Amino acid sequence: MDYEIVIGLEVHCQLLTETKIFCGCSTNFGNQPNENTCPVCTGMPGALPVLNRKVVDFAMRAGLATDCAITQSSIFARKNYFYPDLPKGYQISQFELPICLNGHLDIEVEGESKRIGITRIHMEEDAGKLVHPEYETGVSFVDYNRACVPLIEIVSEPDMRSSAEAVAYLKALRDIMVYLEICDGNMEEGSFRCDANISLRRWGAPEFGIRAELKNMNSFRNVQRAIDYEVERQSDILDGGGTVIQETRLWNVERGMTMSMRGKEEAHDYRYFPDPDLLPVVIDDAWIEDVRQSLPELPQAKRQRFAADYALPAADAEVLTADRDLADYFEATVKFFSQPKAIANWIMAEMLKYLNEDKISILKSPVTPQGLAELLRLIADGTISGKIAKQVFAQMYSQSDNDPRRIVADQGLAQMSDSGELIAMVEEILAANSDKVKEYQGGKTKMFGFFVGQVMKKSKGQANPQMVNELIKERIG
Amino acid sequence: MELYNYSLESLSRQLAAGEISSVELTRSVLERIAEVDGKIGSYLTVDEAGALLQAEAADVKLRGNGSGKTTPLTGIPIGLKDLISTVGLPTTCASKMLIDYRPEYDATVVQRLREAGAVITGKLNMDEFAMGSSTENSALRKTCNPWDTGRVPGGSSGGSTAAVAAGTAIATLGSDTGGSIRQPASFCGVVGLKPTYGRVSRYGLIAFASSLDQIGPVTLTVADAALLLGVIAGYDERDSTSINQPLDDYYGNLQKDIKGLKIGLPQEYFSAGLDAEVETAVRKACAQLAETGALLDEEISLPHTDFAVATYYILATAEASSNLARYDGVKYGFRSESSEGLLEMYRTTRAQGFGAEVKRRIMLGTYALSSGYYDAYYRKAQQVRTLITRDFDKVFADCDIIAAPVCPTPAFAFGEKIDDPLAMYLSDILTIPVNLAGLPAISVPCGFTKAGLPIGLQLIAKPFAEATLLNVAWQYEQLGGWSGRRPELVKEAK
Repeated sequence: MDYEIVIGLEVHCQLLTETKIFCGCSTNFGNQPNENTCPVCTGMPGALPVLNRKVVDFAMRAGLATDCAITQSSIFARKNYFYPDLPKGYQISQFELPICLNGHLDIEVEGESKRIGITRIHMEEDAGKLVHPEYETGVSFVDYNRACVPLIEIVSEPDMRSSAEAVAYLKALRDIMVYLEICDGNMEEGSFRCDANISLRRWGAPEFGIRAELKNMNSFRNVQRAIDYEVERQSDILDGGGTVIQETRLWNVERGMTMSMRGKEEAHDYRYFPDPDLLPVVIDDAWIEDVRQSLPELPQAKRQRFAADYALPAADAEVLTADRDLADYFEATVKFFSQPKAIANWIMAEMLKYLNEDKISILKSPVTPQGLAELLRLIADGTISGKIAKQVFAQMYSQSDNDPRRIVADQGLAQMSDSGELIAMVEEILAANSDKVKEYQGGKTKMFGFFVGQVMKKSKGQANPQMVNELIKERIG
Repeated sequence: MELYNYSLESLSRQLAAGEISSVELTRSVLERIAEVDGKIGSYLTVDEAGALLQAEAADVKLRGNGSGKTTPLTGIPIGLKDLISTVGLPTTCASKMLIDYRPEYDATVVQRLREAGAVITGKLNMDEFAMGSSTENSALRKTCNPWDTGRVPGGSSGGSTAAVAAGTAIATLGSDTGGSIRQPASFCGVVGLKPTYGRVSRYGLIAFASSLDQIGPVTLTVADAALLLGVIAGYDERDSTSINQPLDDYYGNLQKDIKGLKIGLPQEYFSAGLDAEVETAVRKACAQLAETGALLDEEISLPHTDFAVATYYILATAEASSNLARYDGVKYGFRSESSEGLLEMYRTTRAQGFGAEVKRRIMLGTYALSSGYYDAYYRKAQQVRTLITRDFDKVFADCDIIAAPVCPTPAFAFGEKIDDPLAMYLSDILTIPVNLAGLPAISVPCGFTKAGLPIGLQLIAKPFAEATLLNVAWQYEQLGGWSGRRPELVKEAK
């Protein structure tokens, strides 16, 4: 392509505080419409906002985790526009002097590492929701339960050069927010949402091209598709000698295209000014230090540590650290059984298969780290084979039984390691297949597997395969 | 003498001594309303039934039969400017926009009055959304100056000051954004106090300009203002701009000697355009204060005074344009009948619901905040505001109190300025700087013109120095003897 793609993202994260940003109402989702409201969040005349300290804590966590500078005196501003879901006719947000500035996030795309700048992070309140009943036209209702729910908006620099980079940034950012336990990261439900600014320019051009802002992409896949579509649309315009219009466009998932929502002329003049009802948010060094100390290990650091300390392949470290709880589970299991690679294999192959089928989190797994460790120890000491272990795991999982040793004992699943019994079995098989033994000794070495298979079959899978190998080899050379 | 004629201080003593009951007192005030308010027009809503119930409850407390303690306000009938939220009682801001609006909660000051046992008589007229200096901008009622019903009571708290002057309330609460308590208090010959910004909670005060608005008492005497302030003032966790600082004993401090106290007279407040009778009365009042041993400095200067009106009309209108955005016809209040679609609903509702002055200020403020104009107007005005505040800081490094007129003229006639917004805005030139600097200030009666119109003395103090302010005002009141007078016109009405 003749053009360089320039992408910047604006991400809104709904914060997991128990109460709203400027009043004591619950942020609980799913209550009756307007149940979680009061004079403040419905914008009743005379009601005044009071800032929820937890929101500042959460915003600082996000900022410190992305290497932002914390603004020690940040200002809330009013963003003025009319819409029925906005009870006061303005949204309390931050404009000049947001709480976090100048951070960055490192992403990896196709093995290459890249640093994406974060311009700013600011705190703001969410709006309510319009409800259009199906039974009546010309009437709409407003539900203010979501009004005043805290958000942070994370604005990136226009540093991304492909849809893949944009998605990698978005995924890395979401992982961090989820790790910080400040946002549930759910794109489908809108608690983690993204707008993308996209422009193209000729390679080497000093100035950015005219950008379009894309909205309404509620999954990583849609972000990728929308950007790819938009890149193609803009390059077609430029190829034809036209100019891209600065506008806001909506991604239409059914039609697989972006569509114009409003142009520059219709863009709002939000008339931002400092909110006189709120004081500057003053943050001292001690507060910043407190929050810094409380930060958990972040996904990237954890991934690197897993690879190094547990000698895991990069791909395994990636899977295990994608979810903070999964990583914790892995590390808990390692404490009981010191073969990290075996544990990683079992978690990724067996555990995740079951959890995904049941659509439950590792926190709800019926198999505990101790249980899993015990099971792996049974394999390691030769009590059971890997194949039998999978049966045992299935029982442990379905019956919430974390004593694999007892399951093996009760059901007689232990491997046959009694050499006398095995010798008898091996000699019986060799005698019954003397023609095949001759073929083997005549050079058909592939026959060896056949004898092993027969012994295993006769033992109903309980023969210790290693011993079987040795016994056969001793007898037929 | 009829009970409504007494000061709050005196009535409080009579109630505590059991000489009168709150029900008797409340009846006296309600009868007074019935007698004269048709002519004065101080009230928008009179809560007769509610007031009598509260009075009965107060009497139980006063007789010592109830639980709760009594306060100097227990049983005292008090009226509220109609932008202070009262649960279940209309709170209209004198606007068509909120004509049927009944708040679902009490403002913090109302809660404090109720806890103190006060009797809330009703809601008082004002300029629509507190925008005006004459109460002529009320969309709901005309309020006359009790001293001359051909003249305005001042504004925007004209209903609150006319009520105290006419005896239709023992005391009232007003709000002061650019002089809206002090100017009408001076026009009506009563005491009006604007506390330090942050001293009284704004929670439940329907906002005009949030960084300037402050609720304050309107009373017959300075002592009454001290008693009322003591109840309504204090930190409120629901108002982030209220300040957590202990209250002084305002009432107990009134009679302190003011010998050696330094009082400055700013040259800029005694300049051209000041009515000669007003100047004479104010200078005489200052001279009387000097007789008590206070030291006068007639050479002080507040050099940025000239910029105050322009600064104010940018900042106040900018904030108002945003504060009044919530009146959109969606949730409460007026919604235009002819609403086809959302945009049309907004347009017609706001076009029909707001009066001309409110619309003018919303437009001014919207313009001042617009992209491309913000730096030239809003940001510049904030910078000038800082300069004006520094003027006061410098003067207060040396002075304890600033004395000045409240308004360049006494009460003007109806219609005199209503068609000339600029002339109306300029009449606030002596009160606006105080709001920009967030200072406490009071208007105390200091005489009458030959035509019989009251004149007010304005005293200004350092932030949170309400105790000093009331102390000096009380000392002057004893010397001047102008407080507590009743207008003849109203007496005739009876």
